Amino acid sequence: MRVRAVMIRILLQLKHDKRTIGLMVFAPILVLTLMSFIFGGEAYHSKIGVVNAPLQFVNSLENGDAEVTRYTEAAAARALYEGEIDAVVDFKNGVPNVELEGSDPAKSRAVLSLVKTSSMKAVLQVQVEESYLFGYEDMSSFDNFGPILIGFFVFFFVFLVSGIAFLGERNSGTLERLMATPIRRWEIVAGYLLGFGVFTILQSALIAWFSIEVLHIMMVGSFALVLLITILTAMTALTIGIFISAFANNEMQMIQFVPIIIVPQVFFSGLFDLSTMAAWLQAIGRFTPLWYVADALRNIMIRGKGWEAIYFDVLVLGSICLFFTAANILILKKYRKI
Amino acid sequence: MQDEIALQVKHLNKSFDKKQILHDVSLDVHKAKILGLLGPSGSGKTTLVKLMAGIDSPDSGEVFILGEKVPNLKMLNRIGYMAQADALYGELTAEENLEFFASMYGLRKSEKKNRIEEVMKIVNLYDYLKIQVKKYSGGMKRRLSLAIALLHKPPILVLDEPTVGIDPVLRISIWEELYELCRNGTTIIVTTHVMDEAEKCHELGMIREGRLIALGTPEEILKASDSETIEEAFLFYGGVKR
Repeated sequence: MRVRAVMIRILLQLKHDKRTIGLMVFAPILVLTLMSFIFGGEAYHSKIGVVNAPLQFVNSLENGDAEVTRYTEAAAARALYEGEIDAVVDFKNGVPNVELEGSDPAKSRAVLSLVKTSSMKAVLQVQVEESYLFGYEDMSSFDNFGPILIGFFVFFFVFLVSGIAFLGERNSGTLERLMATPIRRWEIVAGYLLGFGVFTILQSALIAWFSIEVLHIMMVGSFALVLLITILTAMTALTIGIFISAFANNEMQMIQFVPIIIVPQVFFSGLFDLSTMAAWLQAIGRFTPLWYVADALRNIMIRGKGWEAIYFDVLVLGSICLFFTAANILILKKYRKI
Repeated sequence: MQDEIALQVKHLNKSFDKKQILHDVSLDVHKAKILGLLGPSGSGKTTLVKLMAGIDSPDSGEVFILGEKVPNLKMLNRIGYMAQADALYGELTAEENLEFFASMYGLRKSEKKNRIEEVMKIVNLYDYLKIQVKKYSGGMKRRLSLAIALLHKPPILVLDEPTVGIDPVLRISIWEELYELCRNGTTIIVTTHVMDEAEKCHELGMIREGRLIALGTPEEILKASDSETIEEAFLFYGGVKR
């Protein structure tokens, strides 16, 4: 009964605090929407200037979605300097010389690979057949890292809000007052888990639904499994948030934990490709909860895999939850020995 | 049984961060009496009443409430505690605060409604039941804290500075209510740093620098120290006078 009362109280507090609800629900939706505009647009079309290029080569570049302009040698140099084009391909004695603008490595790489394949096609006259095991042609980068972002936002906001809520309970003296009632320590922690649990189920369901139905993020797997993972993410963030709040004296100090607890997790979650990093450094990712969240969500949403691909992630996240729940119950001993 | 002992304190010592707050405090509280603990801020009153309420445990010494040793989870149900700081949920209405704490003490649903109405009438806040607590004044918050302490009809009430910031008229009505509770068998422990309030208690303990320097009825204390006022008596026992 006491657990239920704590849960109801937390939901009532949230109900009275419209701003926090707004932060937890609309902030992730806003940022995800912006991200989808920025990274979800069509693939970049390289702008290539050509000098003395054979028609076949130009056609081949254009088939590769490049914007091709013919220049004289001098005009090409000027256009490159002004940043109007990404590269100049100058045919000297039939050999293509590529000069790159070079300030954006991603654009440079795109141009080089296009020029190479076009030169090859000119020699071999073949069409490469493409097929995708997962993903699809012209898959946007937002589709690729969107699943991680969903997990990240759920984690980040639940961590912050639950941590600060529990901190408020410590600082306002209500925790001490609560300890003067016959409530058991585990009942407080369980009440918090349920109260925020109910709210975060709604929050993560809404974020996942919005990303999939409105932003049309790639999603080929089961929505129920996505929900399972986001809820588990919220629970993990909740238990860690409450745990960390024990080491903060005020809200500002809670915020100070963000660069220590949250930001490294983002780096190791797979948002950035780490496959070139030293193996032992990559292994650090296995110690961050967000890595498992990202792994599971990508397997479900992009690869359409089922339970067998994510059960290990679920197991790890569940264990983290249990561990920190137990730790939180122990930490409350500071307030009352029994 | 006029002199039945409700609460017993034996040789309490308590330190925080190597600083000793309480030195060998022993006292008995008689059933259905009001014990006042008088002392300046920082004298250890709050630490002492927390130990007496069974919320904290002493470094050495023992506290018995109604014969049972505390801290003890079961006994927390028999104590009404009002902390010095108003521990209320500001975002919630008074009613929601009361309902929450009523659930903590395991009150039944039908009982809850009646008790909430009763205690809010006692502290004169019944008309403000649906107001968010953060909109309350300081005095109103104190009264609400008192109402919460009374909710589960505890046989022992521990009130840490209950009348701070409450206007004199209401203060009188709260004291009348405390006497009324006493007549019905409730044992009350009150801390205060206001000398004239100390005289209203049946028994008085004076605390200075973590030591119990005097204990007895206000009359006994005045007589023994040959003082006119409680303040004089406090100076006498504090070793300042004579």
